[in-house]
Amino acid sequence: MKPLQRKLLRELLRLKGQMLAVAAVVACGISVFISMSSVRYSLESSRARYYSKYRFADVFMQVKRAPVFYLETVSRIPGVAAVNSRIVADVTLDVPGLDEPATGRLVSIPEYRTPVLNDLFIKSGRYIDPGKTDEVVASKPFLEANKLVPGDRISAVINGRKRDLLIVGMGLSPEYIYEVQPGAFFPDKRRFGVFWMSRRALESAFNMSGAFNDLSLTLAHGVSEKDVIMQLDNLFSRYGSLGAYGRSEQLSDRFISDEIKQVGIQITFLPVVFLAVAVFLLNIVLRRLVATQRDQIAVLKAIGYSNEDVGLHYLGFAMIPTAFGAIVGTLLGAWLGRGLMNIYADFYNFAELVYTFRAENIALSVLLSFAAALIGALGAVRKAVLLPPAEAMRPDSPVVYRPGFFDRESLRKKLPVSFRIIVRNLERRPWKAALSVLMISLSVAILIAGRYTYDSVDRMVQVEFTDKHREDVTLIFNDPKPPSVAYNLASLDGVLEHEYYREEPVRMSFGHRFRRQSIKGMQSAEGLQRLVDKNGVQFSLPPDGIVLTSALASILGVKPGDRLQVDFLQGRQLHREVIVSATIDEILGLSAYMNLPQLSRLAGDGGVVNAAYLRIDQSKAGALYKTFKKMPGVSGIMMLKALKESFEELIAKSMTTSTVILTAFACVLAFAVVYNGARISLSERARELSSLRVLGMSRGEVSFILLGEQALLTILAIPLGFMIGIALSALLAHALSSELYRLPLVFSAFNFLFAFMVIVIVSVVSGFVIRRRLVGLDLVEVLKTRE
Amino acid sequence: MMDNPSGSIGTKAVLRISDLSKFYIMGEVRVDALKHISLDFYSGELAVLLGASGSGKSTLINIIGGLDIPSSGSLFFQEREITAATEAELTAYRRRSIGFVFQFYNLISSLSALENVQLVTEIAQNPMPAEEALKLVGLGHRLNHFPAQLSGGEQQRVAIARAVAKRPELLLCDEPTGALDFQTGKLVLDVIEKVNRELGTTTLIITHNASIAGMADRVIRLRSGEVSEDRRNMARLSPAELVW
Repeated sequence: MKPLQRKLLRELLRLKGQMLAVAAVVACGISVFISMSSVRYSLESSRARYYSKYRFADVFMQVKRAPVFYLETVSRIPGVAAVNSRIVADVTLDVPGLDEPATGRLVSIPEYRTPVLNDLFIKSGRYIDPGKTDEVVASKPFLEANKLVPGDRISAVINGRKRDLLIVGMGLSPEYIYEVQPGAFFPDKRRFGVFWMSRRALESAFNMSGAFNDLSLTLAHGVSEKDVIMQLDNLFSRYGSLGAYGRSEQLSDRFISDEIKQVGIQITFLPVVFLAVAVFLLNIVLRRLVATQRDQIAVLKAIGYSNEDVGLHYLGFAMIPTAFGAIVGTLLGAWLGRGLMNIYADFYNFAELVYTFRAENIALSVLLSFAAALIGALGAVRKAVLLPPAEAMRPDSPVVYRPGFFDRESLRKKLPVSFRIIVRNLERRPWKAALSVLMISLSVAILIAGRYTYDSVDRMVQVEFTDKHREDVTLIFNDPKPPSVAYNLASLDGVLEHEYYREEPVRMSFGHRFRRQSIKGMQSAEGLQRLVDKNGVQFSLPPDGIVLTSALASILGVKPGDRLQVDFLQGRQLHREVIVSATIDEILGLSAYMNLPQLSRLAGDGGVVNAAYLRIDQSKAGALYKTFKKMPGVSGIMMLKALKESFEELIAKSMTTSTVILTAFACVLAFAVVYNGARISLSERARELSSLRVLGMSRGEVSFILLGEQALLTILAIPLGFMIGIALSALLAHALSSELYRLPLVFSAFNFLFAFMVIVIVSVVSGFVIRRRLVGLDLVEVLKTRE
Repeated sequence: MMDNPSGSIGTKAVLRISDLSKFYIMGEVRVDALKHISLDFYSGELAVLLGASGSGKSTLINIIGGLDIPSSGSLFFQEREITAATEAELTAYRRRSIGFVFQFYNLISSLSALENVQLVTEIAQNPMPAEEALKLVGLGHRLNHFPAQLSGGEQQRVAIARAVAKRPELLLCDEPTGALDFQTGKLVLDVIEKVNRELGTTTLIITHNASIAGMADRVIRLRSGEVSEDRRNMARLSPAELVW
């Protein structure tokens, strides 16, 4: 090894604390980058593979009932590559071991296995046998959540008749990667499952022979989805079509696409923060190193080393810890990415979710970290290169102090000398002080933003499961029913309160913008279901006009007072004009609300309802559940409490993981910045502080001067960090918002307290580490060295 | 007393300085460090440059060594004009021809004695082995000691070994005994004298200590940036005979 390389390695070892801090920050940034980019790539490639292997459709449509011979017409639409018709129906299930009723979605499959669109992946067990009308393949998450296996039986109320179904296989389909009950947003694996059964069985059970109610098709390459959708809508409007839609409105795909987009946001945001801090740390550490090695630089140049030799030597001080950090970060990122994929596997049901790395991403992370090292080292290396060798032989000229703000006569008398030294030091190099404050505040901000999602989800749970919904059970009817059914429900023993509503599918348009959407007709907004925005503010339901969620209003480009065109897709299929009376900024989904009588009037029928909310006496829940399980005409049952619990369980795991990671990373960041700041201060001022000791100051007093400076910077950084954290959270909330949900911007006092405590603890720990060095200073040696 | 040591001095000037000036601007003040200096140095010569602090002697040695550039005037080293050299040429000049010894030794504290010398042998064209250079200064037994484990005099001898290992044509010593006590200082001067005598290296020692002048072939005195005296010693004293 060459002597200069040896010098580099030995001095890196001597500066190991500071260099490890730099490496740790780089490692954090790179690990986020690697884990997130590999997760994104894995999700994207797993999805693409799954979709193509199992022929996921491009366009979907639900109709009331359409004759099968229309398929011929559909397949002749230019650009349609393949068509598949199915019978899909939701039924009530009685699951062994589950008190409450569950909901099953029955999907028809060919009796003899042939390749179809949205094909089935049999994970275990087998495909149904031809002619066996009671055999089903059930979805994997449902079976696993209920601890059921192929061979078990389950009973369902199919078209009013109780049927025993034999589970023969465990399956998955690209259509249900995100498996949620219609009308729900979050999976409740125990209470909702998909069941694939023979078409013949479903035809006879639902009187659908020669007919279908679900259509999916694939398009040839380069065909306009919009044109095909328009033709389908024209063709099927008289068969009660709810309007055809593409993948972007397919719920499962929508969720995964949003997830992939969100992962993408994290790829950019966090690594940038960490690498920026690494740049800052390298900058201060190397500048200090070059300043203390002025004479060594001079000697190297005097004995014949070129500027490039010297420059590369000091660049090595940035490159080696960065490379080390990048390697650790890549390994850590791969490990974290794999762990995150396991969490994703809980949410999303892929036939195979393969965790894969992309070499480009590793190359990019190496490039990014070296760019950071280069930028961080630039100032110091430039200084080392430009330092004229003769100049370097002379000691640095003493730094210039000027009277500052705190030196005014009135203040001076009140402040102790040690405090004045601290303040003057900060005033002397305000930019460095400001940057240090900024860097510490960034770690505070990451802590705030990391826990912000906790508070936000808390608020979400509060609004969605308590403020907005007060019902215990939602019963969804398979067909619109007269409001009189509600009286039947009310007469059941244990039903305390009831309320019904109507969901009416429509096509809304304003100018050239349009949207398939259902309007919810509500009895009132003061009963079981309320209108509550994301901040928990309650809205009232206007007697006429329509209330849109802000997200829907912005898609349509409408504001209160505008006239919205509404085409009813079912019943008399009337065209109406409705005034937008208000917009409400809700957390979940896209919704439109109307007064129930007004909706019925506009629809032009006597008034029907699709679903009922019930509040029940918990002591009589068992008996009620038994009744619901047998109740005909019910296609879906949702239990609010169960939904809440499963949501909390699911979210808790992923949230805890990401918060723990973010908190750990923020601690690393805070420690790196605070520790390095103090180390550099110590190195810059060892002589001065030793002089003070020689003059008779105690260790405590000297420590106060050094650590007081860091403490002051930290104190200044905390409120700034709170502000940046709030801004960062707002940015995150905005970036992560989608049609599916908007994160409310809320912060608990605990969030701030937590960030405050973490920073204080980190500062105290690094203070102790530095103090040990300070106490260990050899006074005589320090005074002898030439600064 | 030594036998006519000046017999080894060549007649051809190794270094020709003519009308050399150097000024610095410090704030609003112009400081003239060197004023119209003209000097020639001959091969094998051991010259002592005397002067008080601020007389310009360090500036002169820095310019001769290619560490600094003059404001005006010229400097020729073996017919090459150093004052017209580019940065790369200056680096090559220092690498091949100049050996530096500094007042504060300026060893790299993270490298051992041997490694500090290797720093030079690594990049020089025809160096002597680093061990041999250390033996020359009497430190053959302390090769693997780090600067912090060596006394001041030993450190300065490592610095001399480092300077001579490349077999420089010119050895420049800036206050080589400035940080050392009398006895140790004499030991270090002894080494410098030995290098000059045995290797025939043209040697320039700058010092404010007039007693050292006794060991030189030639004594030049600087005062306020000007040469106030330039004389030849009839005979060189050995460093052991010096007293201060």
